[in-house]
Amino acid sequence: MSQLLKVARPGNRFIPSLVLFAMLAVAFSALFGATSAQAATAECKPHDVSAAFMVEGTLIDNDKPVVGAKILITGEGFNACGITDDSGYFIIDAPKAGKYVASIDTTTLPAGVKISTEGNQQAVDLISTNDQSVLFPLGAGASTATSFLDQLTGYAFQGLNFGLMLAICSLGVSLIFGTTGFSNFAHGETVTLGALLTWFLSVALHWPILIAAAVTIVLVAGYGIGQNKYIWRPLRKRRLGLNQTMIVSIGFAMALRYLFLILFNGDTKDLSGNTQQITFGAIHTTNIALISMVICVITLAAIAFFLTRTRIGKATRAVSDNAALASATGIDIESIISIVWLIAAGTTAVAGILFGLQYQANYLTGANILLLMFAATTLGGLGTAMGTTVGALVIGMVVQVSAIWIPTDLTFATALVILILTLLVRPQGILGKKQRLG
Amino acid sequence: MDLVQILSLPLIQFFSATTAAYVLCALGIAMQFGFTGLLNFGQAAFAAVGAYAYAIGDLFLHFGPIGSLAFAVICATGFSFVLGIPTLRLRADYLAIVTIAASETFRLLMTSGQLGPWTGGTEGLDSVGNAYYKMNPIPQGIYNVLGIPLTEKQLWSDLTGWSTVVVCALIMLVLTRSPWGRALKGIREDEDALKSLGKNTFAYKMQALTIGGIFGAFGGIVFSIDSQTVQPTVFGTNFTFMCWTLLLLGGAATVLGPIAGGMVFFVVFLFLQHLLQGLQGVGILPFMTQDQASQIPFVVMGVTLMLLVIFKPQGFFGNKKETQING
Amino acid sequence: MADLIAKGTIEPGCQKVDPILIADSVSRSFGGNKAVDVAHLEIPRGKITALIGPNGAGKTTLFNLLTGFDKPDTGTWNFEGRNLAGVAPYKVARIGMIRTFQLTKALSLLTVLDNMRLGAQTNPGEKIFASLIRPIWAKQEAEITERAETLLKRFKLDTKAADYAAALSGGQRKLLEMARALMGNPKLVMLDEPMAGVNPALTQSLLDHIKGLKANGTTVLFVEHDMHMVRHISDWVVVMAEGKIVAEGPPADVMKNPAVIDAYLGAHADSDLGDVR
Ligand SMILES: Nc1ncnc2c1ncn2[C@@H]1O[C@H](COP(=O)(O)OP(=O)(O)OP(=O)(O)O)[C@@H](O)[C@H]1O
Ligand SMILES: [Mg+2]
Repeated sequence: MSQLLKVARPGNRFIPSLVLFAMLAVAFSALFGATSAQAATAECKPHDVSAAFMVEGTLIDNDKPVVGAKILITGEGFNACGITDDSGYFIIDAPKAGKYVASIDTTTLPAGVKISTEGNQQAVDLISTNDQSVLFPLGAGASTATSFLDQLTGYAFQGLNFGLMLAICSLGVSLIFGTTGFSNFAHGETVTLGALLTWFLSVALHWPILIAAAVTIVLVAGYGIGQNKYIWRPLRKRRLGLNQTMIVSIGFAMALRYLFLILFNGDTKDLSGNTQQITFGAIHTTNIALISMVICVITLAAIAFFLTRTRIGKATRAVSDNAALASATGIDIESIISIVWLIAAGTTAVAGILFGLQYQANYLTGANILLLMFAATTLGGLGTAMGTTVGALVIGMVVQVSAIWIPTDLTFATALVILILTLLVRPQGILGKKQRLG
Repeated sequence: MDLVQILSLPLIQFFSATTAAYVLCALGIAMQFGFTGLLNFGQAAFAAVGAYAYAIGDLFLHFGPIGSLAFAVICATGFSFVLGIPTLRLRADYLAIVTIAASETFRLLMTSGQLGPWTGGTEGLDSVGNAYYKMNPIPQGIYNVLGIPLTEKQLWSDLTGWSTVVVCALIMLVLTRSPWGRALKGIREDEDALKSLGKNTFAYKMQALTIGGIFGAFGGIVFSIDSQTVQPTVFGTNFTFMCWTLLLLGGAATVLGPIAGGMVFFVVFLFLQHLLQGLQGVGILPFMTQDQASQIPFVVMGVTLMLLVIFKPQGFFGNKKETQING
Repeated sequence: MADLIAKGTIEPGCQKVDPILIADSVSRSFGGNKAVDVAHLEIPRGKITALIGPNGAGKTTLFNLLTGFDKPDTGTWNFEGRNLAGVAPYKVARIGMIRTFQLTKALSLLTVLDNMRLGAQTNPGEKIFASLIRPIWAKQEAEITERAETLLKRFKLDTKAADYAAALSGGQRKLLEMARALMGNPKLVMLDEPMAGVNPALTQSLLDHIKGLKANGTTVLFVEHDMHMVRHISDWVVVMAEGKIVAEGPPADVMKNPAVIDAYLGAHADSDLGDVR
């Protein structure tokens, strides 16, 4: 414990955090640097992972995938297209439920690949399902619908990707709860801020994405410290009850949400500059998704390293465990809380940026995943970093994989089901301690 | 910029059914938070449950106005049990988390294409309350109420809304001044003390949550009868936060607070909105669009909520001594 | 006297002639620290039993366990033959075992009189539907109020009846909590340091009141550090140290018991064991 006594020294208290973010910036640059040279090719709109309705399939001719064919869907006063990738796979988003017709632009079919006129008018019913597989009978062979196992693999991969992002934004909620006992209902807005700021810097001001991301992380981390310093710390000093503090946080969330709406307008921002489809077997993903997963893993590792190996990290855990005891051993709780806010906001900004890059963003992006963040922290155990990570991975996975059985616009509901079941069966969460229930 | 309009338009809100709807929801939160200390951040969901249940009972199940109302009350009660059973034995924030999560989930559920035949999906439902308006005893015509012309339909809907408010407020007044209400106030302060005195605190909390939820459902019904529609977008988290703001404006642990708070809130809110739009119209806010100007009051509302909780937790009608609700 | 209470030899965990509460192998640890580890304990009916022991002996934790406010790692106990392990705290109170808290839980945002009324257990107005119709509960409420006022007088709080409990001093809160517990007509009242912070001038009258309770057939179990008081009113003394029952017996004998002196001196040598030494 005695080594913890020194953490309050003001000179060095932010250094480990700065190192952490420097590492992240390096990670961003290494990964994006590798891809920034590649040009975007898509003439059709790329698939949006959060889309509610979609049509997919794989074109196979004589056991060989048909690459680069253009598929069109029309209906409900709308049309869209998709291009088959290296494995013959295509996926097209539809704007809403309804009946569509899918057809292949035969001019894009390679020589020798044929389809009959009636075979090229496939009815697509997006009323009873949200995700329709289409079969085009090509020449001698036939296209195949995606098999269950392939579907499962695909969704599980998306789940991992989503869960990792969810983990780094939920960690913010969890760390703040752990050290202050406060469930922050304005945390979603930190995610939104990360996404929208990056959009503003990189798309509106045309900054390179890397610089935009790095500046965003620094600004949002500063926003975290400022928020703590000017709102939450004074409230702790006033000894405002936790219930009241939570109500303050919903007021804050609402003010921020509308501020974002005024500043950035309500439309959905597209950040995904140079997305490229990548396919490994049954997994259809993008370069951005892969980079995002690597960044998430690095961030999680950095946080784990911080909490278990650094002095301030250990002090943070001591405060989470027992604030009174930690304070008695000489830890300056307030400076630990400042650092926690810095880290929580910084990593949440990372999540926001990755979210924006993969799923687009608007002023409600963070608010929409607040439910998932709370489900993740509760499932894992409120206030435990490891538990939150596990919880977020589970929630991410379940939300995505459940799309196999239930309509994609209802997959978020599985998080609520998990949340309620957790509270009924094991309210302290998978890795939580019982005493926290109070 | 038409100053007369800016000043007079908001006054219509003073006794409109919409205000009554929000006041009902706020009364519900007063029961839950003000008197019992429960944090319901999903009152919008209770309102939505009420509105959808009433509309579905009315339009598809042909229960008639009274039957649909009963159906809505049953649904709201069921909803409150689903949210309360897992959370009311735990620390207060779990209820807050679960209610806000359930409110968003319920809204998504209602917009889902799967339930479209019953809920109208993203479009929602219309013609709600036709059966109810058939019961309107007010003869056709235009009635002048405090200088505001109202059709017999509007008048009927406003009367419905405010008489519901009066009935609910009276019930609440009686309840909170009874020994039952005394137990709630005890729980608000120290649940363990009440347990040690033989009070089944879980049951009390459940009852308070349910009554508050039913008031919320009434709010949703009044809202949808007034607009004759049920639209999922209405019942977002903003709806809930708005209810909290007007509640805390009036005073959380009072019965009159939410009523007065609601009237003041909407008049001020709309006045601000019209004023800002007017200012924008004459070029005083050059860097803003009309839409942006009309969103500023929401920011103001959020900040007001924060400031109220911090600096005036008893609201403008509450008793300072009684409202230092800690926890 | 002693043989009217205990059956057989007097030793830690000995049997009683007429026990009201019997606990078996009740244990509770916090982390590695075993706060309570009681092999066997019987509380005699209709008597005043003092539970003493140095700070951190586990007395409060034992109270919490027996009344359902905390869950033990192991153990069973029964009250008048009725199994109480795993029973919710409010049910324990309704069965007739009412406790007070060492850290007072006076409800400071209610008036003193309302605090007292909450102690009553048979108020029909506390049921949600009945509460809507005043005539159903008005008569009972009046009786309860009358009883509350009588008790408040006894506890010298009658002048404060209309004040918020927040306005009471620490000692007055202790008194209010004890009086409130008595409103429930307990069969066994468990008082955790009832006299801590109470004005000595008032103590005597309260001790008489406790004796009066005994005369009415109420069993009293109380935790107390003041050995003079323990000697003065208790019929039986149970001594805890480090979670275990280390001694039992009539007050005069217990305080001569080397195990007790050891427990206290081991914990803090300056403790006053009444007129023992
Ligand atoms: N919630 C808790 N968490 C961790 N340890 C606890 C907790 N409650 C009690 N303890 C520990 O259990 C032991 C017994 O505590 P307890 O309060 O029962 O003692 P006590 O006999 O009532 O002492 P006192 O006379 O000071 O009131 C102590 O060592 C205490 O630190
Ligand atoms: Mg104690």
